Amino acid sequence: MVDVFDIYNKMERNNILLSFKGEITSDLLTSILQIMENKMENMQEEPKMKKKVYNVLVECLQNLYHHLDDSSNFTGDTNRSAIFMIGKLDGKYSIFTGNYILNENINGLKARLDEVNSLSKEELKEYYKKVLNNGEMSLKGGGGLGMIDIARKTGEKLEYDFLEIDNKVSFFTLNIKVSQQN
Amino acid sequence: MDKYAIEGTPKTPSISFDLNGGVLEIKGRSIPENSIEFYKPLVDALDKYSSAAKPATTVNVQLEYFNTSSSKCILDVFKKLEGINKGGSAVTIHWHYEEDDEDMLEAGEDYQAIINVPFKMVMVAE
Repeated sequence: MVDVFDIYNKMERNNILLSFKGEITSDLLTSILQIMENKMENMQEEPKMKKKVYNVLVECLQNLYHHLDDSSNFTGDTNRSAIFMIGKLDGKYSIFTGNYILNENINGLKARLDEVNSLSKEELKEYYKKVLNNGEMSLKGGGGLGMIDIARKTGEKLEYDFLEIDNKVSFFTLNIKVSQQN
Repeated sequence: MDKYAIEGTPKTPSISFDLNGGVLEIKGRSIPENSIEFYKPLVDALDKYSSAAKPATTVNVQLEYFNTSSSKCILDVFKKLEGINKGGSAVTIHWHYEEDDEDMLEAGEDYQAIINVPFKMVMVAE
């Protein structure tokens, strides 16, 4: 028997507003965004904060959506699913995502995240413009602009972890914080 | 074709392009998963327009949200406009942003720094 109460308590402690585990589809993204927009409306969130959270949500969710496309061929059906959670504690929103990643792709992703985390606000602005103007547009997304944009809009470091599952795949988790002052 | 228009959806903006009047408007949200597919018809329409552009071309961009995948496509649209401006039609891009939306203002300034076309930043009261 699944310990539902345990899951409930863990979510309650982190004040999770919405969570989802499963396959990430385009329709699902539309629904999650609509639900979160309504929730923030009902919570009478400040327009500025609402916009920031919405923007960051779009990038996080679309990262998941596009990434699942990549790894689905290798990791089998069950691994197509991902987890997404958003919570609000002490006036700060936290967005958590988790998805499988091929081990061979870890170094590239880690290097990109570390690069973004090493840059100041002003450097991020320049880096964004450089990638926007010179970067190759991929069919799937902004070609690496997403993480730069998230770091720029939140003013926070991207917290991440890779949990090795076996010699083929790992589970990648990302925690993005959005607070008022930035 | 003297008018190109598409209606907005929760993930894509409304686009209205009056080729006779030389006025292009992009309004709403631009957060589709596949932006290239969405923006290609507009880029094609601009290609056609460039061969018979009006003396002046006015562009109004009023976006509430746009994702990074759209940001590349918007740059492509602006690059077409840069070419049209070079070709002799005086292009002005009016970039609208809501009063408290510094991120949107900054996004407009990013484009302004990259694209060689006059930009006007227009603040919209909420």
